[in-house]
Amino acid sequence: MEKPIRVLVAKPGLDGHDRGAKLIARALRDAGMEVIYTGLRQSPEQIVAAAIQEDVDVIGMSILSGAHNHLLPKVVELLKAQGADDILVFGGGVIPEDDIPGLKAQGIAEVFTPGTTTTETIEFIKNNVKRH
Amino acid sequence: MSELIEKLLAGDKRAVARAITAIENYEDETEAIIKEIHKYTGNAHVIGITGPPGAGKSTLTDKIVKNLIAKGKKVGIIAVDPTSPYSGGSILGDRIRMQDLALEPNVFIRSMGTRGYLGGLSKATHNAVKVLDASGVDYIFIETVGVGQSEVDIVKTADTVLMVMVPGLGDDIQSIKAGVMEIGDIFVVNKADLFGAPRTATEINMMLDLNQNMKRRPPVLLATAGKNEGIDELVDELEKHREYLNETGELTERRLNNTRMEVIELIESELRKIVINHTEEEGRMKKCVEDILAKSTDIYTVRDEFLKSIRG
Ligand code: B12
Ligand SMILES: Nc1nc2c(ncn2[C@@H]2O[C@H](COP(=O)(O)OP(=O)(O)OP(=O)(O)O)[C@@H](O)[C@H]2O)c(=O)[nH]1
Ligand SMILES: [Mg+2]
Repeated sequence: MEKPIRVLVAKPGLDGHDRGAKLIARALRDAGMEVIYTGLRQSPEQIVAAAIQEDVDVIGMSILSGAHNHLLPKVVELLKAQGADDILVFGGGVIPEDDIPGLKAQGIAEVFTPGTTTTETIEFIKNNVKRH
Repeated sequence: MSELIEKLLAGDKRAVARAITAIENYEDETEAIIKEIHKYTGNAHVIGITGPPGAGKSTLTDKIVKNLIAKGKKVGIIAVDPTSPYSGGSILGDRIRMQDLALEPNVFIRSMGTRGYLGGLSKATHNAVKVLDASGVDYIFIETVGVGQSEVDIVKTADTVLMVMVPGLGDDIQSIKAGVMEIGDIFVVNKADLFGAPRTATEINMMLDLNQNMKRRPPVLLATAGKNEGIDELVDELEKHREYLNETGELTERRLNNTRMEVIELIESELRKIVINHTEEEGRMKKCVEDILAKSTDIYTVRDEFLKSIRG
């Protein structure tokens, strides 16, 4: 059997909006991926520790709190420090258009805002996963 | 010795994680890894946590592990969840109940999908346990998928099986008793804060008393993992079971048995490959099957002919 893509779906920060994360988790499972869901209120440190122990190929973060400009780049930075920056990192949630270029410049590969279809996300992962 | 193995033996989490990935996906690499680490395995106390879906297996594991790391122990955890037979994907959610452990230096947690393997574990679980063992942990916890009828593979991998029940199972206890009750070394009724826990414990005790040919009568405990209650007692029982296994020679006996089964399974799986290759070569099987349906031969004659030609 072909190796399934392993994805960590994580909710950084303090907001309790988990519908988007759960929806994405189910969609990725249905696309044949192994999804590790770690629940709400994860610090960037917890996310990176889980990603390393689970040896995931991809980290998808869901954030609707407004703290994305701080939390998402922090995860990329911690991954780099561990030499694990071959993991594809992207995110989704309520994130203003204006913030997206800045996030991308800091290593967030893509940002999916409300209304994007799960098919787009699945295609994105399949086309961009670096290690696998 | 490769760098990966060296780091793994030194307890490096990244190396442990990589090795488990290799074991989950590539047969050749699995073989190479297991051969190298074999002599460093066999030291950890391997504990299987099983029981119905939602019984609190992950929450209990979280609390027991916190108890052990407070005593300076090192712990590995493998949490198995079902893979969807339709998509081949899975949602592995046991970490949600173990969030505090993510940053503990002396804890390593790995989630695994069953990937089509029945029996409550995945095919790779057993070898992943060996990797954790070689990495120097004192305890390894394996959370199986919710137990139903036949998920009893855990006995082949664990030294101690902790069976987690919940109040109000009632008839469910009756329905899971066949084959499943027998594998528990320790029983715990979790969610003792809910109505009916003592009664469930009594029912389990009665069921266990019916079984006269047990070498050791398993204890039945109450716990409320959600409130961290009953955990000290549970950890004591885990220790007592480990002592029992050592003192009676049962540990060696179990491991001899399990290793023997493991070798037989490995041989079987290679033999199967030989058989498939041979029978499918040059469309031999297709021809034979057609002949069987056309009544010009029968299944046993075909079997004997194949065996003869395989043996050469
Ligand atoms: C439902 C909802 C709630 C529910 C949440 C229920 C739950 N368990 O999730 C409740 C009522 C609890 C709630 C509470 C609050 N909410 Co509210 N809530 C919403 C609302 C209306 C919809 C969110 C939702 O579930 N959408 C459906 C899901 C499927 O969409 P989604 O999460 O956006 O996901 C999609 C994409 O973003 C993307 N995506 C999301 N995550 C990911 C991850 C990956 C990896 C990928 C690839 C894609 C992806 O894909 C999905 C599909 O397209 C939004 C407004 C809005 N229209 O977005 C406000 C909103 C998010 N809430 C908001 C606020 C302020 C709050 C409260 C603080 C309100 C208050 N003052 O009490 C509280 C905070 C609660 C808490 N503990 O954090 C604000 C956030 C403002 C901000 N970011 O600056 C919003 C934007 C409303 C607003 N316009 O002000 N909320
Ligand atoms: N009332 C009560 N609820 C508990 C207790 N322990 C766990 N729970 C809750 O039971 C639910 C399931 O707990 P888990 O630990 O995820 O159970 P599980 O057996 O690992 O579940 P699966 O892995 O899905 O089979 C969660 O909502 C827990 O909060 C307890 O002692 N009392
Ligand atoms: Mg669980």
